[in-house]
Formats: sequence, structure tokens, C-alpha cells
Amino acid sequence: MSITLASPVLAILGGVWALLALATAVVWWLAPAPDSELRQRVRSWWLIVALCSLALMFSRAAALVFFGVISFLALKEYLTLIPTRQTDRRVLFWAYLSIPMQYFWIGIEWYGMFIIFIPVYLFLLLPVAMVLTGETQGYLRAAGTLHWGLMSMVFSLSHLAYLLVLPQGEYAHVNGPGLALFLLVLTELNDVAQYCWGKLLGRHKISPAVSPNKTVEGFVGGVLTTVLLAALLAPWLTPFSVLDALLAGALIAVAGFFGDLSLSALKRDLGIKDSGNLLPGHGGILDRVDSLTYTAPLFFHFTRYFYF
Amino acid sequence: MGYAALRWLFFLLIVKPFLLLAVGVNVRHRDRLPAAGPALIVANHNSHLDALVLMAMLPVWLLSRARPVASAEYFLSNRWRAWFATRVIGIIPVATSGVRSHADVLGPVRDALAAGDIVIFFPEGTRGEPERLGKLKTGIVWLAQQLPTMLIYPVRLHGLGKVLPKGDWLPVPFFCDAWVGEPLHWSGDRRLFLAALSASLGG
Repeated sequence: MSITLASPVLAILGGVWALLALATAVVWWLAPAPDSELRQRVRSWWLIVALCSLALMFSRAAALVFFGVISFLALKEYLTLIPTRQTDRRVLFWAYLSIPMQYFWIGIEWYGMFIIFIPVYLFLLLPVAMVLTGETQGYLRAAGTLHWGLMSMVFSLSHLAYLLVLPQGEYAHVNGPGLALFLLVLTELNDVAQYCWGKLLGRHKISPAVSPNKTVEGFVGGVLTTVLLAALLAPWLTPFSVLDALLAGALIAVAGFFGDLSLSALKRDLGIKDSGNLLPGHGGILDRVDSLTYTAPLFFHFTRYFYF
Repeated sequence: MGYAALRWLFFLLIVKPFLLLAVGVNVRHRDRLPAAGPALIVANHNSHLDALVLMAMLPVWLLSRARPVASAEYFLSNRWRAWFATRVIGIIPVATSGVRSHADVLGPVRDALAAGDIVIFFPEGTRGEPERLGKLKTGIVWLAQQLPTMLIYPVRLHGLGKVLPKGDWLPVPFFCDAWVGEPLHWSGDRRLFLAALSASLGG
């Protein structure tokens, strides 16, 4: 079964491109220096939006491979940042191999395996592989940090991909790419909105120890913006009632905020500012998918519980 | 030049996709790399991937002029490895054991540079522990003295010893970095020259 792209998805994608064009014009006018961070960030956005549009428009398989590659890059960036033991090289190799497997379960719509493969099987098996190397020094830290990475970068992010294969056809105008697009657009715009409101009105720091740039004003402005956008987009892309659309928007906004904070805490713990340099102006890939690691599973279960 | 085509294909179809997907090397100051030979590229050495990464950093049209200096004992130890190393990769094999003069060991390297090649050289002599620069051997001093006007391009590599360390065959993906330093040439003072080189290689 291939996914058919309903015209609402194309319309919203068109809207995203138009919004990005507008943002580009504004940033080019605000930040005249050709290599300013803001301009780099907008340039990277073009790449992200182009790749996501292609992945969502092409086919289900293309979208699954694309999201699998995102998980791979995120896990690789995470494993590059954290200290790992040389004796665990084989174990890390198996951890990487779990990515094609996890996305394969999604491809064959095996929900039961998708939902326990990493939290149960890998949680038990990868430590076995570590034990078999015979190295006990740093065992708990190695097993714990590896599992945290797999849960965030593979398990959590793969919920975005499972939206693509939720039973189709139950609602006339709703399809997988539409739900994924709804989650992606709201998560990313929530980040942008919190940043913009924080820059405009930010006064009171919300978590000075973890992320000094986050403010109460940015958070509240972001939540309100995202709730409003959710209400506007939901009739196009989701089966949600108005009330559920507002709830989904609030869920994404709050979850995204904590996903962002969680990665900030990780970076602070490791003593780094950016997670990498794959996306100029943003940092690494973790700097971009941090919110998604929280919004994807929560939004997925909200949608699945109430509508599928 | 059938082997040049083979090397080109090997890099285009295998090395570059592998480095892009499985490794991901972030190169800083790529513009400092030589645009033509003769040139000597030197780097710290932790992995068999080092030479491939340095070759892949060069523009493709320079690939046929790139020659990594490598151990004859290891790379010529059997027929297939020797064929692959000397023909496809294009190594300059040098003896790494036994007491010989610099001219005996590094003569072929000097000749390749004199012929305009881009030589890749690891002044530590062998692969060491990841992210710890070993003591630089005196071979680099001799080479620099032989060709005092030739530019030497230091490249500091980081992470490749985690991807494929000494004594292992299974590569494990990690992001890696390569910093191209300011080119230098023989300064006339052995101690200062080694200190400058060592500093740009992360010593």
C-alpha cells in the first residue's frame, strides 16, 4: 500500500515554503552580514524543508529511509559526544543496526514489535553483549548512556515515522504524511515561536541553570502561538475536533520545550555549546531534533489513543 | 593510466560514500590544502582510514597525484594487499624496520615530491593511541631539509582512531574532524620546526 498525498498536505507544504521565503526576506533585511548566524540558520532551514518535503511527497519507503537516516545521524552525533568504552565497539555496532530494524517494523506495520523492540529487547540484549566482553569498569554508565541514546534518537524519533502507517482510510481527508507534517510543522514552529517571543518580550528566565536564553515570556508566547496554529492546521491534516486540536497544540508546545531543555542539560553536562556542525547556524542534528524526541512519542500516543 | 581510473572509481563509489555516511568528516580550512603538487601533507596517525580521508579531502583531479607513504613490511606482506596498496591506492612503500639511513628509506619519497606528487606522510611513523600525538620521528626533518622551499601542510585528524582503531577490522560510525593548519616549510632550526609541526598536529 503506497501513501497517496492528499491535496491538503501539498497546500500546507506550499504554505511552509511561502513562510520560509518570507522569513528569508525578513532575515536578509534584519541581518545584513552575509555569514551571520541567523542567515546560516535560514539557509539550513531551506535544506531541511526541501528534504522533508521530498521525503513526504515521494513514497512511504522514501519517508521511512529518510527518518531512519535522521535517527542514524542523531545517534551517531550522540555517541560521538558521550564518552564510550573501546571494549564496547561491537555493542555500538549492534546498536546502530537496530535502526534499520526499528524502521523495518514500521514498514511492515508490526506495532507490537515497534513498541517493545528497543525498550525491552535491546534494553536486555545490549547489556548482555557488554557483559560478554568481560569489562565491568564503567558498565552501568556504558549501558545506561547507550540506552538513553537509543530511546531518544531511535525509539522516540521513530514515532514520527509510525504516524505514516497508522491505519489509513478511516477519515476521508487524513493520511500519514499529513499527520507527520502536522507534528513536524508545529514542533519546529513552536521552537521558532518560543525563540522569537523570547527575543521580543523575554524578561524572566525560566531555567537559568540549564538554558539561560529561555524565558517565561518566550514559553507562554510559544505555547499560545502553537495552540493557535494547531487549531488552524488541524482541519486540513488531522481528524481532530477543535478541542483536541487545541490540546494537541498545547501538548506539542510543552513537550517540545522540555525536549529542548533535556538536550540542553545533556550539552551542559558534557560542557559543549553545540552538539555538532551538520547544520550551520543551528549546530548539530541533535540541536534540531531535540524537541521532536519529546513531541513525537507524546503526539503519536495522543493521536493513536483518541482516533486510531 | 588504467590504475588512475580504478583509483578514481574506488574513491567515488566506495571511499567517499563510506566517509560521508558511516563516518562524516568535518573538514575545517579545506581551502588551505594544496591546489597542485609538489606538496607534503602531514597528519597524526591513528587509523588505516587516515590516508583515505586525506586523499578524499583533495579535489578529485589531484587524486592521481596523491601518494601516501606506508610501511612496506605491512602493505607488501602478501600479493593482493601489495597490488591493492601500490596500484589502486598508490602508496610509496618504505621500510620501517632495520637500521638504514634516511636517504635509503625516504629516497623514493623525495623523488616522488621532486616529480610533483602530493605526498601524504605520517611523521609519527606508525599508528598510535587515539587522540594522543606520539613523538615525531626525524624522517620529516630530513625530508624538509632536502626540499627546503616545499610547503608542508599539517592536518590534525580527530576521531578516526575510534572509527577504526589499530588491531580492529570493523568500522563503527562516529563523526570525525580534520583541521588543516597553516602551511609551513623548513625553518632552518630542527627544534623549532618540530615544535611548530607538533603543535599544529595537536601535540
